[in-house]
Amino acid sequence: MMKSGSNLEKILRAGHFAFTGELGPPRGAHAEEVRKKAAHLKGRVDAVNITDNQTAVVRMASWAASLILIQEGIEPNYQMVCRDRNRLAMQADILGASALGIRNMLCLSGDHCLFGDHPTAKGVFDLDSIQLIRMVKQLRDEGKFQGGAEVDGRPSIFIGAAANPFADPFEWRVQRLAKKVEAGVDFIQTQCIYNMAKFREFIRLANEEGLTEKVFILAGITPMKSLGMAKYMKTKVPGMDVPDEIITRLQGVARDKQAEEGIRIALEQIAELKEMKGVHGIHLMAIEWEHRVPEIAERAGMLPRPVVN
Amino acid sequence: MIVAKRKPFEEILQMIAGHRKVLIAGCGTCVAVCLAGGEKEVAVLAAEIDMARRLKNQPIELGQTTLERQCDREYLAQLDDRAASYEAIVSLACGVGIQFLAERFPTIPVYPGVDTCGLAVNQDVGWYEERCRSCGRCVLDRTGGICPVTLCAKGLYNGPCGGTNRGFCEIDPEQPCAWYAIYERLKGQGRLERIRAITPVQEWRDTVPRTLLQPGYRKPEKAKS
Ligand code: SF4
Ligand code: SF4
Repeated sequence: MMKSGSNLEKILRAGHFAFTGELGPPRGAHAEEVRKKAAHLKGRVDAVNITDNQTAVVRMASWAASLILIQEGIEPNYQMVCRDRNRLAMQADILGASALGIRNMLCLSGDHCLFGDHPTAKGVFDLDSIQLIRMVKQLRDEGKFQGGAEVDGRPSIFIGAAANPFADPFEWRVQRLAKKVEAGVDFIQTQCIYNMAKFREFIRLANEEGLTEKVFILAGITPMKSLGMAKYMKTKVPGMDVPDEIITRLQGVARDKQAEEGIRIALEQIAELKEMKGVHGIHLMAIEWEHRVPEIAERAGMLPRPVVN
Repeated sequence: MIVAKRKPFEEILQMIAGHRKVLIAGCGTCVAVCLAGGEKEVAVLAAEIDMARRLKNQPIELGQTTLERQCDREYLAQLDDRAASYEAIVSLACGVGIQFLAERFPTIPVYPGVDTCGLAVNQDVGWYEERCRSCGRCVLDRTGGICPVTLCAKGLYNGPCGGTNRGFCEIDPEQPCAWYAIYERLKGQGRLERIRAITPVQEWRDTVPRTLLQPGYRKPEKAKS
């Protein structure tokens, strides 16, 4: 049964292999910057994630950048973190987002303020991501606010969340996914995958628990732009698992060929993921690399994107 | 116990800049144990202030006292005769004691000499680790005796988040991830089902000033002074 009528939901329910992209709003008030980045993604992906003060750095509000995308004829996936708002602000934003045509939402805990440009800010965390999923579901399906009162006009939202198959403890990752499913999530976008062996195991366990029949899973892919980026991701980004073989492969080519090698690795991953039971799509996070998305989409055999009415 | 850290000396000096006769009041309980505000620290602060003011050519008369507890009327009463002879008091008690002292002597400015830092355990002499934020709704039964409110950097009730890194928290490679520890402990006890269930949205109880009346007791008609 259709829950939000979003393009992403239609694509997934029709059984197509979904393809989503990502866009970080600018550090300022220029709508033009959003439009420029979005142009590369238009027609190449089914929906575009709009990050919410990513890495705890202040940027244009994710709902606002989402609306700019809608103006451009692109479907946004509106991200919301628990770090920056309490349950009142969250529910108000969800109602407003739905009223203005936002149909997908991604519920996240959010990086700690310490990582960002306001390290001494107080993190809110009135709710955690699992509680947020449940709250959105309750608004949508039961027409009730978290506090219990009736909602006059339920939001139409396809509810998403993240999963990191690579964070510790590994055995608990599938259980945490199960908790998100129980909370009412419709689709999952995973953390960037580099360790395919571990991801295969994660999906095998999720299949075994029957989770992949209850939730759509989009596998997260971020092509490495350079050896430097790979090393940074390996050592500096918490919860990221970059195996040595990725580093070795990038080391094995000339500096000016590293980006191409990074894309090749991503394409090989996508090819395998397309065939993997329990994976329903790809979430391509080409961070500050939006202009390469058309090429990657083309070479990955993702074009043209299906249209479902 | 409650732990505190002495404020930077310059900050204290600034607070009492205009005064010529000041009482430094320590507390003999928690802050004495954590080496921030007991008798010894009172003496050290007095000596430092005395020296600094002499150097500035602004001598100051300092009194020293350390009460058993500043969070108890009975002990505060011991200052009733002396307090009025001072222009100001610097208290080295925790925030609770400082306020109770200020309430007792409402006409005298009372300044904090310490920053109160939380409810902590004594890991070693001089080394304390926070364990409880007194949220008023303890969940330790569900979390293997490890507090997610205090020890998880995001205070998550359904952790761990995606940032946990080989057992450590995303904020610092030396800060253990509370949820990793919760998982390990419950696994060891065969009680993982405790965290398999979703913990619902918290009903916060620390959003208003709280009072506590134990069963069988009554509030006094009017607080006796
Ligand atoms: S849950 Fe944590 S903060 Fe709350 S009372 Fe228990 S130990 Fe203290
Ligand atoms: S890494 Fe662990 S302790 Fe740190 S915020 Fe995440 S769940 Fe909490």
